[in-house]
Amino acid sequence: MASQIHFLDIKGKPLLSRDYKGDIPGNTIEQFPLLLMELDNADDGYKPFVWHQGINYVYIQHNNLYICALTRHNENVMAIVIFLSKLIEVLQSYFKSLEEESIRDNFVIIYELLDEMMDFGVPQTTDTKILKEYITQDYYKLIRHTTNRMVQPPNAVTNAVSWRKDGIFYKKNEAFLDVVESINMLITASGQVLSSEILGEIKIKSHLSGMPDLRLGLNDKGIFTGQSDSGATAEGKVEMEDIKFHQCVRLSKFENEKIITFIPPDGEFVLMSYRLSSANFLMKPVILVNCKSKVHKHSRIEILCTVRAQIKKKSTANNVEVRIPIPPDADTPKFQPEYGSCKWLPQESCIVWKLKTFPGGKQYHLRAELGLPAVDDVEDMTMKKPIKVKFSIPYFTTSGIQVRYLRINEPKLQYQSYPWVRYITQSGEDYTVRSS
Amino acid sequence: MQSALEKKIRKFLQGPRKGETFELRNGLVSQYRHERKDAIQRVIQAMTVGKDVSSLFPDVLKNIATYDIEQKKLVYLYLMNYSKTHPELCILAVNTFVQDTEDPNPLIRALAIRTMGCIRVQKMVDYMEIPLSRTLKDDNPYVRKTAALCVAKLFDLNPDMCVEYGFLARLQELVNDTNPMVVANALNALYEIREMNTDESLEVITVSSEMAKNLLTCLNECTEWGRITILSSLTEYVPAEVEEAQHIIERIIPQLQHVNPAVVLSSIKAIIAHLDYIADGETKQGILRKLSAPLVSLVSSSIPEAQYVGLKNIRIILERYPSVLSKELRVFFIKYSDPLYLKLEKLDIMVRLANDGNAALLLGELKEYAMEFEPSLVSRAIKSIGTVAIKLSSATVKAINLLIFLLDQRGGELVINETVAVLANILRRYPNKNDLLTLVIPVIANNVEVLDKNDALIGYVFLVGSYPKYFSGLSEKLDHFIETFMESDPSLQLAIITAIVKINMTISGTYSSQLQRVLELATQECENADVRDQAYMYWRLLSSESLQSQQKIILAPLPPIEDTIPMFNPIVLNDLLHELSTIASVYQKPSSTFVENGDKLVTKKAKQNIEDLKNLAKTEIINNVKNENLLDLDDDVDSEALASQSGGSSTLLAELNDLFNTPPPMQGGPQKTEAVQSSQHSQTTQDILNLFD
Repeated sequence: MASQIHFLDIKGKPLLSRDYKGDIPGNTIEQFPLLLMELDNADDGYKPFVWHQGINYVYIQHNNLYICALTRHNENVMAIVIFLSKLIEVLQSYFKSLEEESIRDNFVIIYELLDEMMDFGVPQTTDTKILKEYITQDYYKLIRHTTNRMVQPPNAVTNAVSWRKDGIFYKKNEAFLDVVESINMLITASGQVLSSEILGEIKIKSHLSGMPDLRLGLNDKGIFTGQSDSGATAEGKVEMEDIKFHQCVRLSKFENEKIITFIPPDGEFVLMSYRLSSANFLMKPVILVNCKSKVHKHSRIEILCTVRAQIKKKSTANNVEVRIPIPPDADTPKFQPEYGSCKWLPQESCIVWKLKTFPGGKQYHLRAELGLPAVDDVEDMTMKKPIKVKFSIPYFTTSGIQVRYLRINEPKLQYQSYPWVRYITQSGEDYTVRSS
Repeated sequence: MQSALEKKIRKFLQGPRKGETFELRNGLVSQYRHERKDAIQRVIQAMTVGKDVSSLFPDVLKNIATYDIEQKKLVYLYLMNYSKTHPELCILAVNTFVQDTEDPNPLIRALAIRTMGCIRVQKMVDYMEIPLSRTLKDDNPYVRKTAALCVAKLFDLNPDMCVEYGFLARLQELVNDTNPMVVANALNALYEIREMNTDESLEVITVSSEMAKNLLTCLNECTEWGRITILSSLTEYVPAEVEEAQHIIERIIPQLQHVNPAVVLSSIKAIIAHLDYIADGETKQGILRKLSAPLVSLVSSSIPEAQYVGLKNIRIILERYPSVLSKELRVFFIKYSDPLYLKLEKLDIMVRLANDGNAALLLGELKEYAMEFEPSLVSRAIKSIGTVAIKLSSATVKAINLLIFLLDQRGGELVINETVAVLANILRRYPNKNDLLTLVIPVIANNVEVLDKNDALIGYVFLVGSYPKYFSGLSEKLDHFIETFMESDPSLQLAIITAIVKINMTISGTYSSQLQRVLELATQECENADVRDQAYMYWRLLSSESLQSQQKIILAPLPPIEDTIPMFNPIVLNDLLHELSTIASVYQKPSSTFVENGDKLVTKKAKQNIEDLKNLAKTEIINNVKNENLLDLDDDVDSEALASQSGGSSTLLAELNDLFNTPPPMQGGPQKTEAVQSSQHSQTTQDILNLFD
């Protein structure tokens, strides 16, 4: 699939390379910085794919790195991109954060991982948990202490259940279920919702012994109709779209019988994710922000911001954070929050208003005033930045999805087990209010 | 003691040396294990940063026999890198390799066979036979899957031997292995071999119906990467009957919910490939409906690069199946944090999804983008507004009002230029509509001073030429055109000539002095041949007697534009649909245009066809060349005579005008147009020829 994989610094200088096939000369990658520069100057700007003299460069950016794959052939580009991102994921789980420094410090293990994850350009294993089984940084120690036991490839690598090893044992068998819904919303200055979506995830932390078979029951609030082609769905029904399962879920079983059954990997993982999109699900804003700013040119800017929690009276939103953009040259801020605390972040040209707890139905005001320089510069576009809102609401799911049961069955061990469930609704990456 | 002595002798022999290489060499032959290992690590480090440490080859090789897997891996890595510079020394490592393939630990067996394949030295090939055939039969699937790929590596080094010793046949058997991972790797190896193969008589892989059945069972048990491989094999498979295609689709559909976007996209590709075999429209629609959610999910991936691939593929699929995402406009709304290349791509899809139902929503969104600060996004948003107005007649007035709003409220050079160009295009789409004209023209006229981009100026000049009555101070405007004529771009010059000629046709007499001057400038001072030719053509036409034919040519209505969204040509589209999810889909070009030796896979028959076509094209070109020469001669002699005749053939001319939509030919006569036609003909054949070369 890929002939070579390179790690490059932000300027495109190679840090570490691995050649899988040998059909591309080793010094080809030296062209990369030039190509990046050319791209910058081109009309349509930066793109993650370049063709140059018969060689395709496919790369993704991560922190101050480029990770680039080269190939001569018309390969499956989606697979390459996903492989590269998995590679980042794996390396991150080894080194916490993947940067230029961590590559320089860890080249030995990176070579080892690259060798194991891809062979002759074909991706092999990208599951961190399994890789950690037999690629460990402390090889030396391991061998010295247990001279008789050798490191072997775990059966899981080639098993049908490639995500769980045999012989896991816990004294207390527990499974923790988290239903997390992230809301992304785009709201106009007048409070009208332009687009909204809920990205839901069911996360599981499993501390279970043996090879347990799990069965998850959800309330049937219109769930799983997204895939079936029945055009008529009843009013008020929530349609889940785009349900994605962890590889452990038996997909054909779900497709035919709508039952979620699986043998979980050990530890934490995302069992399923789903999306409720605005096409059939337009809501009112959960946190409504109304922000008026008045610019007195050459002297000051006045901001009046009102925030309102449009959730049930019983619920409470926690850690609400409203980020209001201000002109970069504003200074000497004065805040009068009715509640909560306010901070000016000059390096990000914004003010942040934090409210620790926010009971449903309440409304708070913030008055802020900042000085503007007397001299004017050219047309100021940064004011177009949207207001960003962060929040989290525990014990609550917007979609109304609920876990009915989680049955755990380990045929050999037959132990008592304890499932736990938590719900939380939070802001997504893009909960934004457009400034007027 | 022994090694200390050895050290001394070494020192004596080599003389006192310093430097990194020397230190490393000392480390490599140290008597302590940890020192040796440390030295190897440092050698690898030096290799990584690009230093040439190949001179240490013999010393590193000494460390190959070890029980420490990590050290073994490092030595193997070094071997792979420098085997080319020391091919003769590689043979020294062979013994260890062969031994390792018999090691009780499968990890070491696999490592050995994997590394052996990566040492690209011809001599190595001779030693590979026994270990490779042993590991291909290994009990451990981990070793088998590694050995499968090693066959492809061997084929790369020595195809003949790979076939002769029966490794290819072994590999083909592995496709029926009990372990899905082995199956997937065997398939991958076969694909690699097919890619490298130059021998046409060699049958590498054909997916049979038996195999397809097997693969469908494997599909659910494989890792994500194995699934992708199996899915691409299924894509290739040609089902014998409709039921089989339907069955395959049904078995693939559950994969659409896999978390890995590459699996999802490969599944979509496989389903679309098999969709062609299904004739029943109802079933087809049902399947297509199931594709919409997975397609959308490609855009909601957290990796922008993957989203980009998704969008590019959606663009291709939309062209064949436009209805598949008709309700999903909102998903493509731009997010503030998207990188620019994603924003532009999303915009492109949004315009394609525009219909009467969502036009208002879409225009509202486009307005927001036009207020953003990235110039390329702003100009693309404005162009998109125009595209929507041209595509949907119901949204035209709203779009025009929006554009005027942008012009008034936002202003600025960029916005004004883009908007004027777009407005002119909209008026081209809906000609002679009084309400639109009265709405648009005053706004444009107010902003003329700011126009400096070619497109905007051409649009403005076109409007002046087409609707002179709506402009005040026409005379000064025309004078201004002529003043700046020589500094203008050729395309603008062409527009100015056409406009002034047109005005003279509709309002006869008043502006003849400007006409005279512009034609003089163009014919006498202009360097550009096109401009000169067009001016001459008009000049001759205007000096002919027949007013009727002049009007027919100059005032002929232009062919209407229905849509300005770029489309693929059907052949390209077909190719691209077969290359979904590949690099070709991102470039939006068939792979044959950018992959070297792309035609290796083309079967003999197709090659024969191409040969035939080439010959055909060649004879045609030769014929055309003859024709053209003859006609040119005729033309010079008979031009005046023809001009007088042209009145009779004017109906024909008008039709031709419509046909070509280019500046009208300078004077009539069927022969002349024939020449034009034939030259265009040869142009296209030339293009075809170029394609083959």
